Amino acid sequence: MNQIDSMAIPVEGRMTTEELFELKNKMNTKALAKRRSKTVLRVVANIVFAVVILLPLLYAISIAFMPSNELFTTELNIVPKHPTVQNFIDALRTVPLLRFIVNSFIMAGFITVGQIISCSLAAFSFSFLEFKGKGILFAIVMATMMVPGEATIISNYLTVANLGMLDTYPVLIIPYLTSAMGIFLFRQFYMTFPKSLYESAKLDGCTNLKFIVKILMPLTKSAIGAMAVYTFINAWNMYMWPLLVTGSNNMRTVQIGISMLDSIDSQSITLMIAGVVMIIIPSISIFIVGQKQLIRGMFSGAVKG
Amino acid sequence: MKSGKKIEFAPYCYLVPSMLIFAVFLFYPFFKTIYLSLFMTNKMGQAKLFVGLQNYIDLLNSKSFQNSLKVTVVFVLIVVVGGMLLGLVAAVLCNKAFPGIRVFSTAYALPMAIASSSAAMIFQIMLHPTVGIVNKLLGLDINWLNDPRTALYCVAILTAWLNSGINFLYFSAGLGNIDETIYERASVDGASGVQQFFHLTLPGLSPIMFYTVVVNIIQAFQSFGQIKILTEGGPNESTNVIVYSIYRDAFFNYRFGSASAQSVILFIIIMLVTLVMFRMERKGVNY
Repeated sequence: MNQIDSMAIPVEGRMTTEELFELKNKMNTKALAKRRSKTVLRVVANIVFAVVILLPLLYAISIAFMPSNELFTTELNIVPKHPTVQNFIDALRTVPLLRFIVNSFIMAGFITVGQIISCSLAAFSFSFLEFKGKGILFAIVMATMMVPGEATIISNYLTVANLGMLDTYPVLIIPYLTSAMGIFLFRQFYMTFPKSLYESAKLDGCTNLKFIVKILMPLTKSAIGAMAVYTFINAWNMYMWPLLVTGSNNMRTVQIGISMLDSIDSQSITLMIAGVVMIIIPSISIFIVGQKQLIRGMFSGAVKG
Repeated sequence: MKSGKKIEFAPYCYLVPSMLIFAVFLFYPFFKTIYLSLFMTNKMGQAKLFVGLQNYIDLLNSKSFQNSLKVTVVFVLIVVVGGMLLGLVAAVLCNKAFPGIRVFSTAYALPMAIASSSAAMIFQIMLHPTVGIVNKLLGLDINWLNDPRTALYCVAILTAWLNSGINFLYFSAGLGNIDETIYERASVDGASGVQQFFHLTLPGLSPIMFYTVVVNIIQAFQSFGQIKILTEGGPNESTNVIVYSIYRDAFFNYRFGSASAQSVILFIIIMLVTLVMFRMERKGVNY
């Protein structure tokens, strides 16, 4: 009893109910103001940082629309005074940029579809079937992630050169038709898949292949989406392998083709940047559209540390 | 079904497409690279003369390769630290909900969608000595990419920027895993924002931090496109990282043996770094 009494009575100033309410309101508005100012601070900090991160892209867009005589001044010219699309037209005329874009779409498209097929088949086997050497085979697949591309690229180049395959679509596509990361990602998803569904499908006479196509793939769309976005962007942005194995304009991909704009003459900076902006658009659009899928797929248990 | 003694072939069939590709374009070339590294080769890349470890000995004694090793270490350090800092700041800024958070997170992740070659060409103009925005903003007159003192920093910062996008995603996921209530408790106990960051946020991020460091190191070692476009290893070999040196030896000097030996050394370095990191993980990461 004593204790409660002493707690109920604060030191000196006893407060009435009204006073208490008033205090509460005051504290609330104060907290609200504090929260508001915190939010404003947060937004401002974000705007500043986002501008820093996006600076190269914003700058590129600005230059792409700038007439080339405007660029060569000593004053700070961040925004074009007389915006023009001439640079884009010139870029398309100077190099067969559309052809490069088509090539890149063909390459990245086939690689993406191919990886989804081969990786889901392998991951299916690793997660639903039992067989001898499963553990070892899976460990071997995972070990391939440790081998840097540069450790194999010379031998690969010599192999395809000796086969006379240089400068063709297959040579751009075939080496990348599977990936350890893809197998790992799909397996991670399939492991959470209810085994009973597989078993009952089997009992109903569903073949494995039918199970993969009709049940497994439709139900793991988010994994496929993540994989598709990731693979397409990586293939679109590939540089070293296409540089080595393509030689003609008919086969060059955008990343290699675009550097041809670089070497034509140094006065055509605006034209070159217009070309760069054009080839960035597809990968950025796919990224923005597929971002949610990508993030959900990447982090659903795959990398929780 | 499982009780039958006969070996089922079906499970292996599903592995065939992937394993075939791995076998032809990964295992075979990997061992061939090791094999080639022990030989002198002709211009066609055929092994001609067995020299044992001579390629390796020559490399380790060559000034140029020693320089490449040094340059690569500096490059990787800047890229990993820079790229992770950018990603971490972005993730912390986007940690709590506020109006416009979706737009900002897309902006921070965006660099991961951009090709090294495209980015390199944009940076080339930004760093242009007369028309570039960097010199204009800073009021300087530096030839960034042609000065041996600055070129390496430029390509490293560009690479850090490219990697910052995916680092932002990793750190965002890591921050999402930290229990919100510990911050409330810390606030009640009177911990300041800075204290909370160093005592709660960073330790809470350590599992994902470890993974991010490993991925970043491996990626940084393999940077190529930006160096090829911006500096071609120069000026004065100041940006001649191992990967570029491999490319030059193989495809300009046709010294496939030496280039293969460098590839093997690169592989060993990456493997050692990864193993050391995993060792450290067992000691240092708190879950």
